[in-house]
Amino acid sequence: MDEDSTVTEEVSADFPTLDRQVEEQLLPQLVAHLREHRTKLRQDWASRIQKAHLLHAMTPQEMAAETTSVYDNYVEVLETGSVEALQHYARDLSERIIPRGVETHEVVGIVLLLRDVLARSLFEKYQRDFAMLNRVLDAYEPAANRIANTVAGSFVDERERVIRQQQDAIRELSTPVLPVRERLLILPIIGVLDTERARQLTEQLLTGIRTHRAKVVVIDITGAPDVDEAVAKHLVQTVDASRLMGASVIITGLSPEIAQTLVTIGVDLSKMNTIGDLQGGLEEAERLLGYSVTRQDGAAG
Amino acid sequence: MTTGPALVSILRQGSYLIASTHTALDDSQMMRFQEDLIELIGRHRSRGVIIDVAALDVLDSFGSHTLRNIAEMARLRGALTVIVGIQPDVAFAMVQLGMGTGSVYTALDLEEGLAYLDSRVPKRPAARGEALVARG
Repeated sequence: MDEDSTVTEEVSADFPTLDRQVEEQLLPQLVAHLREHRTKLRQDWASRIQKAHLLHAMTPQEMAAETTSVYDNYVEVLETGSVEALQHYARDLSERIIPRGVETHEVVGIVLLLRDVLARSLFEKYQRDFAMLNRVLDAYEPAANRIANTVAGSFVDERERVIRQQQDAIRELSTPVLPVRERLLILPIIGVLDTERARQLTEQLLTGIRTHRAKVVVIDITGAPDVDEAVAKHLVQTVDASRLMGASVIITGLSPEIAQTLVTIGVDLSKMNTIGDLQGGLEEAERLLGYSVTRQDGAAG
Repeated sequence: MTTGPALVSILRQGSYLIASTHTALDDSQMMRFQEDLIELIGRHRSRGVIIDVAALDVLDSFGSHTLRNIAEMARLRGALTVIVGIQPDVAFAMVQLGMGTGSVYTALDLEEGLAYLDSRVPKRPAARGEALVARG
């Protein structure tokens, strides 16, 4: 607050001929100017967007509609000084355009283009009166920058929200514990195993062992592209903890990369029961549990 | 030495002893449990021991060390020991702190423990040597 008033003071000192009242009327005057030339300025802006090859994802009609509302919102912020409505609109807009692959630089780009288009129209209008132009720009620039900030911020926020939502969804789906036979569980692991997922996996596996009274668990990591040292150690601990609960664990589908990584970083897997693929793992599990699967003569397949 | 422990019940079931903890044990209670159990193995000529820790939501290093010792002492007295009912959280905490149960066999619950003992403990008391070989 204090800073603002100091700035205003300095400005008045630089231009002693103009009184405060005129200054307060500057912004409304500016807004009136922008409203008056709305159609032309908006078209200028749209054509500059096209020239800059931004917003490929949108059709010309959509572009016209969106540019109109962005323009109106922009002018409104200049008039009221409150970015709340714009923030709301920007978030809404982001929600619509993010799924269509619009990038951050495009959004920031179009807002900055609008700022430039409007600034140029101000130059044009006040070109004869340099002192006045300076004062107009003093009023215009902070507001315009604030708008650019708000729009970019809202866009990034929205994007982060989408990413977080997707991460949650992946996390929920990531570690299913599937009973395949009585006392036999399978845990297919798909995707990158990070520390958080590994922790969740342990929790689900151990409670799964108790709920299903499992004696054998097959953890299949065919779908895991890589494993780091911390996660590998965690995996070993999970296997040990399962043993304490009376279940033996078979690990299947260790990829060549993971096998090499594990040996290179020196994780001790000598106590782990590993088998090449899920099929082999299931056969071994059935053997441990005393199942024997035979195919009937004459059955198809 | 007093028999009939307050916090652990030790029941005889055929040739097995079943010891269930009802609550967390402190170090002296743990030692008393050890003494009682080892004494009872001889008195009942037991061939198998099941220690059920399902009621414990925490097991410290002294506790797990004592359980290992009990199993080894029981083996010297001719009984095979199974620890059952370790809860998921306890299991993972034990592993993280590097305190496993060593070579002592563990099973999910009492039923599993009994099934394991049935499969490993010979029915005839004469074949005592079997139990010595048959540990995890």
